Order: sequence, then C-alpha cells, then structure tokens
Amino acid sequence: MTDGLRYAYAVVRDTGAPEAALDALTALEGVTGVADESVYAVRHLGLAVLASAVPAEDYGEGSLRERLEDMAWLEKMARAHQRVVDTAGAESCVIPVRLATVCHGDEGLRRMLATGRERFASALDRLEGRVEWGVKAYATQPAAEQPPAGTANAADAPSTPDVPDAPSTPGAMSGRDYLRRRKAQRQAAEQRWGDTEEGARLVHDTLGGLAEQSRLHPPQDPRLSGISDRNVLNAAYLVRREDSADFAERVGELAGRTPALRVELTGPWAPYSFTAMDETSGAEGETGSAGADG
Amino acid sequence: MTMAPEGPLAHQQIALVDVLDRLLAGGVVITGDLTLRIADVDLVRIDLRALISSVNANVPSPWEEP
Repeated sequence: MTDGLRYAYAVVRDTGAPEAALDALTALEGVTGVADESVYAVRHLGLAVLASAVPAEDYGEGSLRERLEDMAWLEKMARAHQRVVDTAGAESCVIPVRLATVCHGDEGLRRMLATGRERFASALDRLEGRVEWGVKAYATQPAAEQPPAGTANAADAPSTPDVPDAPSTPGAMSGRDYLRRRKAQRQAAEQRWGDTEEGARLVHDTLGGLAEQSRLHPPQDPRLSGISDRNVLNAAYLVRREDSADFAERVGELAGRTPALRVELTGPWAPYSFTAMDETSGAEGETGSAGADG
Repeated sequence: MTMAPEGPLAHQQIALVDVLDRLLAGGVVITGDLTLRIADVDLVRIDLRALISSVNANVPSPWEEP
C-alpha cells in the first residue's frame, strides 16, 4: 500500500543491498513505530527513509495539532520515535528527522528525500561512525539564598565563651555574631557556587576537547526533569563510535574530581543534536560555538 | 552516574526530558507534507507549554559567557 499518511523517523544511506539487508531495518525487526505499525524503508536517490504508516485520525494536520496538546500522547510519540531511531542507529549511521514529520504516502516520502537530498547526504558523510553522548551536571549544594534556619537562636545561646559581657549587652553581641556568621555563610555559599560553575566549565571544556563537536542544550527545568538539584550543564558531544569507551571513562573521572557536581552520562544516542550544524546553526542559536574553542 | 556501556538506549527507561531535548531541538527539519513546527502549536496544557519553551528556547547555560 502506498496511500495514506507516513511518519518519517530517520534517513540512512541506501547501499543498494536488498531491502531486507539494510542494516537499520534488520536492527528494527520487532520494533514498531509511533502508531504500532512496523517500520519499513522507502529508497530514493541513494538514500532510504525509515517510515511507518500512521492513521489520519491521529496524524492528519488538524488532529495532530490537537493531539500534541496532550502530554501523554506526545510522550508516547516521542518515545516511539526515539526507540526507532536509536535502535536503527545502534550499529549504523542514521540521520534523525524532526519529530512529527508526516508525509502523504510513499510518494511524499520520496519527495522529502529529494527536497533534503543534499543535507541528508552531507550529514551522512559528516556523522558516519559517530554517536552522541549526553552529559548533564547538577549542583549538589543548595543555592546561596538558604535562610539560616535556627542560626539566629544559636547565636543568642549563652554558650559563647569569648563573650564574657554577653549578659549585659546580649542584643548587641549576638547581633554582631549573627551578622558575622551570616556573612561567612554567604561567602561559603558563593564559594560553593563558584566551584560549581568552575566545575561545570571544566567538565565541558575537557569533554569538548575529546569530542568532534559539542552542543549546549538549555538547562533542564526541575519541574520537567523531576530533579531538584540545579542543572548547570546539559550538553551533547559527538564522539567517534570507537572512542566511546574512553569518553565514558573520562566522564567518570571528571565526576570523581568535582565533588560539587553530580555528573550524569546518557547514550549512546543517534546524532540528533548534530544534524543541523551546516544549515541552521545560526538560527538554532550558535549550536557549534560551544565546541569552537576546544 | 547513569551509564549505558553497551546496547542501544531502547532498552532503558530514559527521562522524557532527555528525549525531548533531542527530538525538539535536533533532527533534520524538512518541509514534509504535514510537518508541524511544534513550538507553533497552540499548546493548551501548561506543563507542555513549559516543556516546549524550556527545551526550545535559546536560553544559554547559566555559566556560559556570551
């Protein structure tokens, strides 16, 4: 069947092998797409797009807009999209396309390949043999504005041995003590925060030097990640597949060296964050700038 | 530290926000027949709107110098 709507996941090189032997499709055996349909390939111009059929009642233009209002629905689509892309890309190079790219039939998929032919081909050349690793760092200490719970009372306590005249002027002494203590606390918190920033920079600079490219994603919102520690680094690194073990090892070392930070590694991912470097890096917000000095 | 030394991510439960960081800000954008720019969608759900803007906005890292 060639009619109906098609959801596109990723583009791979068409090596000319019989369809069943396309590496990506072999890897996808038993993996279904966003609408629980199997994934197949449409070939055109030396490229192949991985796609699956989707029902018009969910993926037609109006319905898709509506469905996207629904967090649970978006999550299901996003997870299925990611599952297909990363499974297909486990062994070979795949170029992910943007979430919710829908075409009319196989003809629409071929049009898509023709439209993006040069971009897909150059991305395949550039990203072949590379994977993406995600590294996030969180500040393990609370931010500076913590009220000194209980501290004021502690300063009032008559346990301060170097204040013999405390009973005669309790307010003045304890007030001064309190302010002094408060200042020390604030300085300590600022120092910690400084360590955190320096630590995040050290992590990023070090990993950026090991990676071919890097990209900074915005820090994650605690409401979305469910992690209350402040996210101070949310970065993606493009690494040669064979260098992955070394990269992961360096991340582990860095995690051990920066106690003010908790460092998390995710991956390997397909090179999602690096597909757009050549054509939209300006519009996408200096995607390449983070690694430019590395 | 969360680590996946081998095997594709497909076999783990990955944080949705990590997935969306990549799916909403990465991938080749082709004008497919029905491609939606998700950020343009009139998002009703407040959590979804927050999510999209937090993932998509060009907010630099707090420590990143211009």
